[in-house]
Amino acid sequence: MTTTAPPLLRVRDLSMTFPGRRRGSAPIRAVDGVGFDVAAGETLGLVGESGCGKSTTGRTIVRLLEPTAGSVSFEGRDISHLSQRALKPLRRDLQMVFQDPHSSLNPRQTVARIISDPLLVQGGSAADARKRAVELMELVGLIPEHVDRYPHEFSGGQAQRIGIARALATGPRLVVADEPVSALDVSVQAQIVNLMERLQRELGLAYLFIAHDLSVVKRVCDRVAVMYLGRIVEIGAKERVYAAPAHPYTRALLSAVPLPDPAAERSRERIALLGDPPSPAAPPPGCTFHPRCPKAREICRTDAPTLRTLVPGEGREVACHFPEPA
Amino acid sequence: MGDSAPLLSVRDLTVTFPTRRGPVRAVDSLAFDVLPGRTLGIVGESGSGKSVTSLAVMGLHTGAEVTGSVTLAGHELIGLSDRELNGLRGRRMAMIFQDPLSSLHPYYTVGEQVAEHHRVHFGSRRAAARERAVEALAEVGIPEPRRRAGEYPHQFSGGMRQRVMIAMALVCEPDLLIADEPTTALDVTVQAQILELIARLQQQRGLSVVMITHDLGVVARVAHDVLVMYGGRAAEQAPVDALFASAAHPYTRGLLDSLPRLDDPDDAPLRAIPGSPPSLLEPAPGCAFAPRCPRAAAGSAEERTRCATERPPLGGPEGHPAACHFPAYEGVAP
Repeated sequence: MTTTAPPLLRVRDLSMTFPGRRRGSAPIRAVDGVGFDVAAGETLGLVGESGCGKSTTGRTIVRLLEPTAGSVSFEGRDISHLSQRALKPLRRDLQMVFQDPHSSLNPRQTVARIISDPLLVQGGSAADARKRAVELMELVGLIPEHVDRYPHEFSGGQAQRIGIARALATGPRLVVADEPVSALDVSVQAQIVNLMERLQRELGLAYLFIAHDLSVVKRVCDRVAVMYLGRIVEIGAKERVYAAPAHPYTRALLSAVPLPDPAAERSRERIALLGDPPSPAAPPPGCTFHPRCPKAREICRTDAPTLRTLVPGEGREVACHFPEPA
Repeated sequence: MGDSAPLLSVRDLTVTFPTRRGPVRAVDSLAFDVLPGRTLGIVGESGSGKSVTSLAVMGLHTGAEVTGSVTLAGHELIGLSDRELNGLRGRRMAMIFQDPLSSLHPYYTVGEQVAEHHRVHFGSRRAAARERAVEALAEVGIPEPRRRAGEYPHQFSGGMRQRVMIAMALVCEPDLLIADEPTTALDVTVQAQILELIARLQQQRGLSVVMITHDLGVVARVAHDVLVMYGGRAAEQAPVDALFASAAHPYTRGLLDSLPRLDDPDDAPLRAIPGSPPSLLEPAPGCAFAPRCPRAAAGSAEERTRCATERPPLGGPEGHPAACHFPAYEGVAP
């Protein structure tokens, strides 16, 4: 990447702290100093287990949440603290697709209304918006004649296509997709993955693809960032991270994914992690992964590792005192 | 398949729910065996009937019509009274679910709940049951079991709760464990721990397991035999290696081909199955998969009509039957 122009999305030191649920309880650091870039037309995968902060990161970027610290810059402009009014024109470029397609669509609105809503918000005329909705239905592989139907008349996969069509209505440059296929039946997931890939090629979209399913992320992304307890522990080109994971957590995560291949499953070496991910309300000292890490030593209990370049020029960074050799 | 008699034998199992829009047949003419010490994986998507099947085996359907035969170690379960079933449930067969929190009582400590199971089935004294519960919690890998037995379910993480459910299921030393998506709500590193635990307990106790899942990776990891369900019926049955090496049914083939794989360097577009899983309210007259089936679509007009109108029986080689008019067995042109 040449860095003359600012990247499409630049996130720096992003933090999101929620107050504790009860008075006096510790605040929850859901996102703790996250940084990455997304270039135009690129897909960055954001993976991790529940509670790692990946969804909060996504919501902060599209400003469904206002971050407590750090910056989110879109084409060089810091949007992390803009008012909703000032954000409005930017929403054209920055859209989101949600996990549960049915609960993210208003059941009382027709598909035409749902898809054209972002256009109407942006001040488009009703007639133009409807015409565009019909085009978008076709673009995402739905039957345009169904434009006056209601969400419940569509299957889960079709409903997700509607959600994608809505996100594309304003012609965005970046789509944040939060677990866009995980609520779908296995046989339908591939349809949506293929659709998102085709749309990316045709429209030059960039995706921030948030998912817990490492196989899906490997399929769709160019680069991948692995999160653990609010922080990025490893980030880099997909090929490198998947083929030679450098952080012990990435290694354990990849080795835990069951492969649809019985012979491979029997011969495979798995790295067992002890226990569960700790609570973000009480993160362990030092490296937050150390209580579960098979390689943890004394320094890991006291010093938090920062992201460091592993091999110069490779663009991979790892936050570990003892990374695997690349 | 081995020579030993099956522990669980299901024949012609049909489960029908009365609904306002008429009866819905959620499971239709299903047959399978589970051998002692083996794991049967039942794979399917939403509406495939996989969970309905497990509840029917446990006799947990109220308001549904269940016909056919379910025998456990030779004893017929269909038609038993609740009282008779209660003696078998827990004692001979136990079940764990996707969401352990909804299966645990929030007001009682974990130790009390596990002990209660033991007392009900063995008539044991309180102190003995309590001791047995602590042992069971230790066996499923809960650290400091004696202290944690005095805690409440909300004080446990998702993975630890599932361990508690397994302890509760195993405290009565059942022969059969039915696990309905036991790791779907868990993180992948915790899923690995739970699958490992179930496999270890199976080895130590010779337990038979029915693992119900939508995840073909989980099936590949734990199952010895596999039943693939689609639209309430068996689509294909095979030992696990045969199923993954040469899936005969186009639905199984399609599922395997459509999966993004961690071990796959090929970045060509995924071969997606078109359409969506069928509605049980309006079952197709022919093969339930026909509207989505590439093999049916590629057939002659006559073949297409056959798939659309004639329900394929489960047939083919012994040990690897498929419900398809044009199954693709290894070395046999479809």
